[in-house]
Amino acid sequence: MDQAVRELSYAQAIQEAMAIAMETDERVFLMGEDIGVYGGAFQVTGDLVERFGADRVIDTPISELGGAGVAVGAAVTGLRPIFEFQFSDFATLAMEQIVNQAAKMRYMLGGAVSVPVVMRFPAGSGTGAAAQHSQSLEAWLGHVPGLKVIQPATPYDAKGMLLAAVADPDPVMIFEHKLLYKTKGPVPEGYYTVPIGKAAIRREGRDLTIVATSIMVHKALEAAKTLEAEGIDVEVVDLRTIRPMDKETVIESVKKTSRLLCVYEGVKTLGVGAEVSAMIAESEAFDFLDAPIVRLGGAETPIPYNPDLEKATVPQVPDILAAARSLAMGGR
Amino acid sequence: MTVAQAKPKDLPVGANLPFIYREYSAERLKQALHKMYLIRQFEEGAEESYMRGLIHGTMHLSIGQEASAMGICMPLTNDDQITSTHRGHGHCIAKGAEVSRMFAEFFGKTTGYCGGLGGSMHIADVSTGNLGANGIVGGGIPIAVGAALTAKRLKSDRVVISFFGDGANNEGAFHEALNMASLWKLPVIFVCENNGYGMSTSMARSTAVPNVADRAAAYSMPGVIVDGNVLSDVAEASHEAVRRARAGEGPTLIESKTYRYRGHSKSDRNRYRTKEEIEDWMTNRDPIVRYENELMEFGIIDKAGVEAIREAVAKEIADGIEFAKASPSPEIRDLERYVYTETV
Repeated sequence: MDQAVRELSYAQAIQEAMAIAMETDERVFLMGEDIGVYGGAFQVTGDLVERFGADRVIDTPISELGGAGVAVGAAVTGLRPIFEFQFSDFATLAMEQIVNQAAKMRYMLGGAVSVPVVMRFPAGSGTGAAAQHSQSLEAWLGHVPGLKVIQPATPYDAKGMLLAAVADPDPVMIFEHKLLYKTKGPVPEGYYTVPIGKAAIRREGRDLTIVATSIMVHKALEAAKTLEAEGIDVEVVDLRTIRPMDKETVIESVKKTSRLLCVYEGVKTLGVGAEVSAMIAESEAFDFLDAPIVRLGGAETPIPYNPDLEKATVPQVPDILAAARSLAMGGR
Repeated sequence: MTVAQAKPKDLPVGANLPFIYREYSAERLKQALHKMYLIRQFEEGAEESYMRGLIHGTMHLSIGQEASAMGICMPLTNDDQITSTHRGHGHCIAKGAEVSRMFAEFFGKTTGYCGGLGGSMHIADVSTGNLGANGIVGGGIPIAVGAALTAKRLKSDRVVISFFGDGANNEGAFHEALNMASLWKLPVIFVCENNGYGMSTSMARSTAVPNVADRAAAYSMPGVIVDGNVLSDVAEASHEAVRRARAGEGPTLIESKTYRYRGHSKSDRNRYRTKEEIEDWMTNRDPIVRYENELMEFGIIDKAGVEAIREAVAKEIADGIEFAKASPSPEIRDLERYVYTETV
């Protein structure tokens, strides 16, 4: 298809996806706190209220639990809501509706309904917003059967995966790293989708596989460039979806490189990297491993305010470089 | 919208009759008694099946609350929707579900409304507008508001009822949902079936206002208190709330004061209330006895008519249990089948 490709920011790509979804499907509407004339806390909805009206870009009261429940009820009865949480941390206020209702309703009712709700979560640290506005809680929701949980890392994927999420009959949770909103990349005009449940190989390599999520994909790619000069050929896998996870792509990559480094921002213990590691340990790729798997995850602390401490809480490029060098040199 | 039908015959002209006798035909009034018996005997049948080990888990029986479920549902059509509670068997029947498929669900069978995956606490019948009971206190209230948002956006004539108990009025979901429903003037009706206790904790010990309906003022909607054991009073409040909702005037909070005869669930030892209190409600305020006596007093039904209803209901219940027993159980290989929607 001939679709003109422009440079858009991650936030613009999401906004464009929501506009296309609303243009093409009357059932689609947006809900969230201050998403109307304010344009959203991160200006992702922008001026959509002017194009689509306050009936389709609905400002909710500060009621995360109730708002999420309204979105679930609307989805079950035939609409296609996209519900924006102002910060992913506020999912904690709505866990009841997300975990007990949205995720389980289809199952509990024996398939009598579907819950096609999309929830968007601005996530992650790096903005100086401290412990209650900086978390990466995707693994919490990734633990819940019935939900799909995605973490697009590029503007292209942000648009295509959001459109795939709106078309999906089941609840899809999108974690958008706040530091990605202003990053730019090529985005085709018009409608396209990027499948949920498929990882992407961002860089091919022979010596070492880095499985990364969200913003860590970019840090991994930056590290890979440096490592290339040192003669370490890194393969970078962008996981993109944490539930359902694309096991095949990761397994094939590890079989090829025989070394695995997982890099993710969420707290290391019981996080996404734990799952990827265990999945590899249980797979046929285990026999191909030449060194123990290494995880780089968030520190076992709340996110601190001080900027130096905040940076130290999550993996940075030098951490990835050190871990990759050590892993590439180690072995048996 | 329910249309007023032919009035019962032989009633004194101009008599100051309760609402339902002015609104409904004798046939509909007798059907209501039939359904109230159906709810009562369904609950008794479920309880007996539980005792006999045919149903596992737990269940929350609504014996004593039949007029509340029935009265609220009288003005509803199949297109109208409800969300229900852990004590939701009566709502499901009042909205139009078949008891055979409800028993099958409780027995964990594939012919059950949820294919045996939901059980008592998640009983639903989407085809008659029941979006489901709920294991979480207050969980269905925002969902009902969402369903009402759909009704408004699609410009349908549909109204949505959210049933919940007195315990739910102290959940945040209740307050958030009522606020949004009123703010957006949605066609939803909040029905609090106040049976006096959230599990063991009485209203007096849990709630800072004497009546749940008092809380309507905070959300700028009418708060109506009715005797939940008087069918006509409940139905009348429901009619007015449904009229308001369909007219685009927004939500209503109805507090239906009633009583559950049985304990909260199967683990309840009834230590928080007296035998005398339970006895008083059972002997002096039973909703079925009261309604039945009223129907006989107004000459709408006679003893033989009542007996015929009870026999028909007993047969329906016995047949339902047999249907459930004879139905197949789900296959373990289908365990994951409904976690996600199968896309072809």
